[in-house]
Amino acid sequence: MRSTSITSKFVPQLVVRGFSAGKALFFVVLFSMAALYVGPFLFSLSISFNARKDVFEWPIELIPSQTTLANYASVWRDLPFSTWLLNSIIVTVIQTIANVFFSALAGFAFARLNFPAKNLIFALLLSSLMIPGIILLVPKFIILNELHLVNTYAGLILPTLITIPNIFLMKQFFETIPRDLEEAALMDGCSYFRIFWQIFLPISKPALAAVAIYTFQGSWNEFLWPVIATYSKDMYTLPVGMATLRDELQTNWPLLMAGTILVSLPTLMIFLLFQRHFVQGVASAGGKE
Amino acid sequence: MASIEVKNLKKQYLGAKAATIKSVDLYFNDKEFIVLVGPSGCGKSTLLRMIAGLEDITSGDLLIDNVRVNDLSPKDRDISMVFQNYALYPHMTVYENMAFGLKLRKTPKDVIDQKVRNAAQILGIEPLLDRRPKDMSGGQRQRVAIGRSIVREPKVFLFDEPLSNLDAKLRVQMRTEIKRLHRQLDATMVYVTHDQVEAMTMGDRIVILKDGEVQQFDTPMNLFNEPVNKFVAGFVGSPSMNFLDGEIGLQDTKLIFKSEEVMFGIPAIYKEKLGDCVGKKVTFGFRPEYIYDKATEFTRHLSEDVQITIDVVEPIGSESFNYFHFNGNPSHNFCFRTSTDTLYQPDQILNVGIDIERLRFFDTQTEERIA
Repeated sequence: MRSTSITSKFVPQLVVRGFSAGKALFFVVLFSMAALYVGPFLFSLSISFNARKDVFEWPIELIPSQTTLANYASVWRDLPFSTWLLNSIIVTVIQTIANVFFSALAGFAFARLNFPAKNLIFALLLSSLMIPGIILLVPKFIILNELHLVNTYAGLILPTLITIPNIFLMKQFFETIPRDLEEAALMDGCSYFRIFWQIFLPISKPALAAVAIYTFQGSWNEFLWPVIATYSKDMYTLPVGMATLRDELQTNWPLLMAGTILVSLPTLMIFLLFQRHFVQGVASAGGKE
Repeated sequence: MASIEVKNLKKQYLGAKAATIKSVDLYFNDKEFIVLVGPSGCGKSTLLRMIAGLEDITSGDLLIDNVRVNDLSPKDRDISMVFQNYALYPHMTVYENMAFGLKLRKTPKDVIDQKVRNAAQILGIEPLLDRRPKDMSGGQRQRVAIGRSIVREPKVFLFDEPLSNLDAKLRVQMRTEIKRLHRQLDATMVYVTHDQVEAMTMGDRIVILKDGEVQQFDTPMNLFNEPVNKFVAGFVGSPSMNFLDGEIGLQDTKLIFKSEEVMFGIPAIYKEKLGDCVGKKVTFGFRPEYIYDKATEFTRHLSEDVQITIDVVEPIGSESFNYFHFNGNPSHNFCFRTSTDTLYQPDQILNVGIDIERLRFFDTQTEERIA
């Protein structure tokens, strides 16, 4: 009895002491990592409201002494921001919808249908991921040029209408759905397309949301392909348009940062709104729910 | 409703060395409750799935209501199936789950409503119609799964181990409900289970499968009392039949069974079947239910005395399972069943006899029943 009381007295204290030290270190690491990512964003936000043009002149003001909304007004007034925004919306929306639909369709086929050379085709698709994207830029450009699609919406959209990582993610998710469900639908009289459309898609919302968010984010922020596939200002997307504000001799940093903040707002909002689905989608793609 | 005929049916998966189903011939009558039973991997679920159309048939014919359905898709066979894991559509309510198949068949809405509500009433799930599967217990989900198959009014109902995921009490309750449903619907039902108790209590006739072959297709009582081989004898019954290897001998003019541990005279009723087996290695089979204590049983016609020693007594309330060995070989572990009126003690020595009608002899080599 005596030893029991000693144990119960001392163990919680040790646990609490060990816990708090470990926890403190844990939070220091977390805070540092968060600062590393959030810091530049907050600094950009600060610059975008700064009334001074020479924001990098010493002493640098982390919090502006004089704030203004003029930089934001200038983005809309002095730049073809609305055209770039429209271009970005068109490209991103079409690519997101197409990726969600086609990757789900392909993922379903690879996960659930039997057809000749299924595994070989899937292996070939996966192996194409090993080719660095940068190497494909020139051939892709040549093909588009031959098809007279350079500096068109089609040229911007087509190359990433379907992406392999999304197909992989959907395939993995569909494989976790019990086969009984598919067979019950077959017995009920469903065709395979109806099984896909009426049974599998409605229960795959987390994975579909993950694909949508990934694609939206990638497409909205894509810089390299639009800069190659377009040459006139009216076809620029937002990241390309923003990059034109950088000048070798003089850059209007508050204007650039105001534009950048505006560009990043939709991604931020979508992520905050669908964060739950995003995490669920990534988690469920790997294992059974 | 419909009969099912399986003619020389075979299933061999691509790349597999052996066939999963090896040339099976069966005929299920209209309105019969058939149970397919056997150990894991015997091919019972494969056979059911072939009937359902979920597995291709390698060779042979499958006839439902005398129509060859080998090449028909599952939906065109007019059958329904209840799955082990319920397979309810998680994003639909109970009502939608049950109505889905009818909607696909373009049934008018008022007819769908009437059929769904009627099935729900039969199964007592009317209050659950607006719920989703995740908000229900296992038993309720299985009722919905059964309801989904009822509303379509198919020719044949198939059940693939539908009670395996339920707890023991609910399983017994659902067992009775399915049996009652069979009587109510007057339908042909084929039911797969690995549980021989479930098979015995539910089936009008039972197909016992092993390694893709039908061992015996018969009524429950015939399987219990007249097994065709050692496998069936051991598979049916709980606790299962006791087996003892030995040999048929002759003492004077009387047939005897002798093993290392035990020797007794074989009753004259077996003389015709065992007369030619003198010197043959046989396996003697006797069920725990047909062993009696000679000190208390005087009315039955029992075999000669055999002395046993009780090792373990397992009273389960209504009866006791007494595990014993014949004197001379403690490594054996046989069982006999008694009422709890008489509770034996470990190490107690008894003289027992076996109902002479119930002695079974199998060829040790082929395992086929001789007598």
